[in-house]
Order: sequence, then structure tokens, then C-alpha cells
Amino acid sequence: MHNHFELFGLAPDFALDPEALERSYREIQSRVHPDRFAHAGDAERRASLQWTTRVNEAYRTLTDPVQRAKHILELHGVDVAFETNTRMPPDFLVQQLELREELEGAVSGKDAAALERLRADLVGNRQALIRQIGEAIDSRKDYACAAGLVRKLMFLDKLDEEIEAAYEHVE
Amino acid sequence: MSAAPHEHRLAVGIDLGTTNSLVATVRSGMATVLPDELGRPLLPSIVRYHPDGRVEVGYAAQARQASDPKNTVVSVKRFMGRGLRDVAHVENAPYDFIDAPGMVQIRTAAGVKSPVEISSEILKVLKSRAELSLGGELSGVVITVPAYFDDAQRQATKDAGRLAGLNVLRLLNEPTAAAIAYGLDNAAEGIYAVYDLGGGTFDLSILKLSRGVFEVVATSGDSMLGGDDFDQRVFCWAVEQAKLPPVGPRDMRQLLMKAREAKEYLTYHGEAPFTARLSSGDLVDLSLDTETFSAITQTLVRKTLGPVRKALRDAGLTVGEIKGVVMVGGATRMPQIQHAVAEFFQRDPLNNLDPDKVVALGAAMQANVLAGNKPQGEDWLLLDVIPLSLGVETMGGLAEKIIPRNTTIPAAKAQEFTTYKDGQTAMSFHVVQGERELVADCRSLARFDLKGIPPMAAGAARVRVTFQVDADGLLSVTAREASTGAEASITVKPSYGLSDAEIERMLRESFEHAKEDVQARALAEYRVDGQRLLDATRSALAADGALLEPHEVEAIEKALRALEQALPGSDARAIKQATEALNRATDEFAGRRMDEGIKRALAGKKIGSL
Repeated sequence: MHNHFELFGLAPDFALDPEALERSYREIQSRVHPDRFAHAGDAERRASLQWTTRVNEAYRTLTDPVQRAKHILELHGVDVAFETNTRMPPDFLVQQLELREELEGAVSGKDAAALERLRADLVGNRQALIRQIGEAIDSRKDYACAAGLVRKLMFLDKLDEEIEAAYEHVE
Repeated sequence: MSAAPHEHRLAVGIDLGTTNSLVATVRSGMATVLPDELGRPLLPSIVRYHPDGRVEVGYAAQARQASDPKNTVVSVKRFMGRGLRDVAHVENAPYDFIDAPGMVQIRTAAGVKSPVEISSEILKVLKSRAELSLGGELSGVVITVPAYFDDAQRQATKDAGRLAGLNVLRLLNEPTAAAIAYGLDNAAEGIYAVYDLGGGTFDLSILKLSRGVFEVVATSGDSMLGGDDFDQRVFCWAVEQAKLPPVGPRDMRQLLMKAREAKEYLTYHGEAPFTARLSSGDLVDLSLDTETFSAITQTLVRKTLGPVRKALRDAGLTVGEIKGVVMVGGATRMPQIQHAVAEFFQRDPLNNLDPDKVVALGAAMQANVLAGNKPQGEDWLLLDVIPLSLGVETMGGLAEKIIPRNTTIPAAKAQEFTTYKDGQTAMSFHVVQGERELVADCRSLARFDLKGIPPMAAGAARVRVTFQVDADGLLSVTAREASTGAEASITVKPSYGLSDAEIERMLRESFEHAKEDVQARALAEYRVDGQRLLDATRSALAADGALLEPHEVEAIEKALRALEQALPGSDARAIKQATEALNRATDEFAGRRMDEGIKRALAGKKIGSL
């Protein structure tokens, strides 16, 4: 059991079936979860803790599009280097700056409706990007292109976090 | 991996509440609250200390809270795992507080007591109530905690359980316990919110209920907001109305009791009398109507809706997607709360289980499962989350999140750090919990140093810090320097947690009054542990012995026989050592059984999906 997909008995596709993943996750959890070993000895409790931790980590990775894509790219030996490689297309960066300005405007104007609009747009953009990543990885096997798209998706996720934090100020 | 058939283990669920505590168990398949000898289900969470060391708990202590306020501790849960500066309304609490490092302490006639010790007195009473009622020693308990409790508060609760001589199978989040009781009773499916306003804490959890699985999607709350705060508002209102000068501890306690009575009276009436004779002889004679009460408490009601919105956002859900709102905690009886929740969720909240008992009932059901009393297939799976992000302090007093809130537990995450000076041989870590960016705004959990790093150039050392959160939501941190192959490793128990030595000291002190022998108790505990391991190992061998080579079976059986021989003896150390030896001998076996379990899970799924 080397990678997260194998752990759940799934094919290593970006477009995975969320229901199959959840079924498999629950089936495994129902066998390894610490609740099953509350009365067992230390060795079994330790093993259960380790396994459940691993299964939760794998599940978390596969349910998050960015993490799932990174995992697949790593399996294909693509050095993602997301932390150091921050070069992005200029038009994308301009767009991101504009969105952040809108966000700041919504915060300073305490405009909850504007936050909702920003978030709704973001949801749409994320879905489109996730579709493109799926095509790049699963159909075209163009991992370099996929890595670029994943970096974009990370920008959107960061914005999503910032919108989330902004709610605290607006409310 | 089902265990071999065994006798029914005595297991209970304990709701260790701010105002009241309860103990419940599953009997003949039904969860029931165990009442005291007078048939009363609730135990007021009030502990009174006498100068001779005697301790009174419950109604007896409650009756004396106004006449002996300094030695009668109410709502001790508010102080669990808290420093003095974290405690709200400290000026309105009639105690002699001592600001001990990590956790506040209280000076009583019987000496200085920590909240852990005080809570353990409540647990001891519930333990003996259960053992009397069930006719035997408890095999294990589940203690509930507010979902929003941080690591310090959880650790304190678990320590209180240990101090009361309980085998704590699990700390269970209160709203999750309520969801178990509600979901099983109503065969509920879909997404539910649990709105839990207790005496001193507020929790909001969102759960996905589906056949056999209770999955917490998001949790939020305020561990310093509860029914007590409504009493405080009424108290302040009364002081203002009656133009009272600052009052002493006795009057304060009395007025707070009257405030609570008035609040409860208003649940069923439009107006409540508020009369009290002060120690000066003056009479306070007021009347509180619903409109005034609503006006002075509306900020509190509104304060609960912030966490509700946050949990919905975290879960990525809208109000319309919530199928029902389960109400938990005595404070949800207030019409103001019912209305606010109904208005927010645009539906009537669910009140069909007694809000005082539902947490204890759910805890009892979970204890029954954890004790292994339910056959596999009839039990359920519980997936809970960590309520607050865990992180470390980085340069400039900023908190870097390592495990974000709402991560399903158990969870672990490792992060690498490096030295910033040439030849640096030690590194300091500061572990914090909370959502804020500045360390100063988060809760400090532990500080520790990793020493013995081989001297290297700045940035060359690689220190890997691992955070592990277990199924109780408790954290342990390990740091290891691995760049040169020379490893230094340290496991940190958060600084407020009690060390084994402290637990032993507290036990010793409590036995001076209980006339029980510490060593006798240690022996009994080691025997119980040893016997449990014997049983577990035997059923594991019976179920999965085929996973082992003959010589491996032999090694385990040898350790098994050694423990069997040691058990009846009176040498506590020998029993402990034999238990540890058997644990070591079964290490590899446990791992293989876990692998096998996963293989079977996948095989089962494939057969099922064909």
C-alpha cells in the first residue's frame, strides 16, 4: 500500500468517484478506528491510532482538489515545487489583484452581499479550473500544464480563505 | 476483528456539566440515567470542603452554597484548564483564587484545590452511584466535554477521571453525544445541527448522519458562554435596580441563586419575583418581567449565532441544507433561545429528548460500544474533529497553523524547522491553539526545548516536529533532529497536564481521608489492566492467529503465560512489567491485524459493489 489511491483500492485518476472514496474510507475506518480498540492492549491501540491517522490523512488529501492533484503529480515524478515557483501569467495576477481589491472594498464597506457575490464567482471559477485540471491529468497526461493550473487553484483557495476571514470583520 | 464472546462489561457515560452532572448506562439495550438513592437523576456540580477534609457533593453542598460560599465551589468546569486571566466574571466569583501556572487554584478550608481535584470529587460520587446501581466495578467510562474545549481543558477533564479512579475509554464531545442519542432514537438521516447551550459553555456542531456513521462536519462555539452568563446579567440588573453597594461573597452567592431562579421561572411565566434578604438585614424586593429579561440578555442570545454562522461556512452549507436542529442543555429551555434558533434556521428546533439528559444518554451508548458490548454490525462509527487549530509560534510572535480546525481526528502532521544561527545546538518551541494570527491571542499549550542538535551551519539542521492528535482530541508533540542521523527526540505533554507524580500526590492526599491504600489501589489497577490485555490478546489469537508464524505464536503465548502467573500475586511491579512485556510481544501482531483489517475492508467492498 504505497499511495493514497491504493490504500482505498481506487484508480489514480484526478476525476475520482467521491462516493466510492467515501464508501471505502468508511469501510476501512470501521475496522481500524480507535473506537474498535478502546478495550484492547497498548500495542493494538497504538497500531489503530497510526492507521487511522494515515487513513484520515489519505482521505483528506484525496478529497481536496489541490492536494489530490499534487499527490498525482508527485506519483508521476513531477516536481511541483509550489512553494518556490510563484511565477504566474500576468493577466491572471492582474485578475487576482482586482479580486482582492473588491474584497477589501467589501470589508471596509461592511458589505456582506458583496462577500457573497465574490464567493459565488469564486465557486464558479474553481469548478472550471478543477475541470481543466482533470482534463490535463486524466486525458492529456500533460502534467506540466496541470501543475500550472494547480498553482492557479491554490491562489483561488487562498482567496477563499481570505473571504472566510473577512466574514468575521463584516459581521 | 470481532472479539470473542465475553461477559457484559459495565460501562457508563458521564456528563460532567457546569451546573449538573449525570451518569447513564445501557441496560437491556436501553440507555437510562442512573438516579441517586432518592431517585434524583441530576447531581448538582457543586463541591463543598470542610476544614477536617470531608467533602460534600451535590444537593447537600448546594444547600450550603450561600452560607459557606468560599468553600463551596460551583461551576468548577469554568476553571478547568484555565489560568486566572481566562476566567470570566472573576470579580463575581466568591473564591480565594490562586493564580497557579497553567491552571487557577482555589483556597478552601481543606487546603488549596485545583479544578481537576474538585471535578474528580463529582466523578467519584457518580462512580460509586453507578457501581452501587450496577452491582460491580466499572470497566470503563466515557466522559463528555464541550466540543469547543481546547487541549488544556480536555487534558484537565481526563486527569480528573484518572484521579477519580476511572478508566476513561474516551472523551466525547457533548453535541456529538447528543447526536448519537437523537440519531439512534429517531433513525435520523441527513445533515443536522446540534445547538448545545449548557451552564457555562456553548457548542454548535454540524453532523452528517447516515446509516451507522456519525460524521462531524464542523464544530464551533464559545467555551465561556452559557446559562451562567444569563444569571450574571440578572444579578447585575438586580444590583443596579436595588442600588446595592458592592456585596460580599454570601450575598453574591445568594443573589446569583435568586437570579437563576428568576430566569428559570420566566421560562413558564411572564413575570418573576426576585426577593432576597441580605446579610445586612436589608430586603431586596424586585420583579423581573420577560421584556426586561429579553432586553438585558439579547446580546448573549445574539452571541450564540456568530459560531452558528461560522460552523455553516466551515461546512460549506446553507441554512436550507440543515434537516433539523437538535436542542441540548438546560439553557435552551429559555423561550428567547428557542425563538432565536427557530428564526435563524427557519424551522422549529427539535426538543423531543430531555435537554438535560440527552448528552449522558448518548455517552452511555458510546461507552457501551467502546466496551465491546455490541456485536459488530450493530455498532456505529463516529468521526469527530478538532475544534481549534493547532500551531507553533514563529518569528515575530506569529502563530503558524499546523493542524487546522475541523480536521478529522485522529490526525498527525509533521513540519520541518531549522536553526537560524551557526553552531546552534538547541531550539525552543511554543505550541499554541486558536484561530488568531498573533500568538498572544491564542492559547499557549506548551513550551519545550529540543537540545542536543549537533552544531552545524545555520539552516543546515532539520528538525522535524510532529503533532499527533488522538481520538480524545488530545495532542502530543514530538521533535526530532535527523539531518546527521543523530536523533534527539522529545515527547511533550502539555504543561498544564498533570504528571504521573502529581496524580500520585493527589491520590495520596485523598486517601488520607478515604482510608484506602494507594498501593492496594495501584495493584488493583495493574490487575485490571493486565486482565484486560490477557482477554484482548486471547481473542485476537483466536480470531487472527493464522497471521502469525508458529514461533511468533509461541513468543506471544510465553508472554501471556508469564502475565497469567503474575496476575494473582501481590507484586504490582511484576504485574506491570509482565503487562508491558506482553504489549511489546504483540506489537507486530497488532500491526498485521490492522493490515489484514484493511485488506478485508477492501475485499468486502469489492464483493459488495459487484
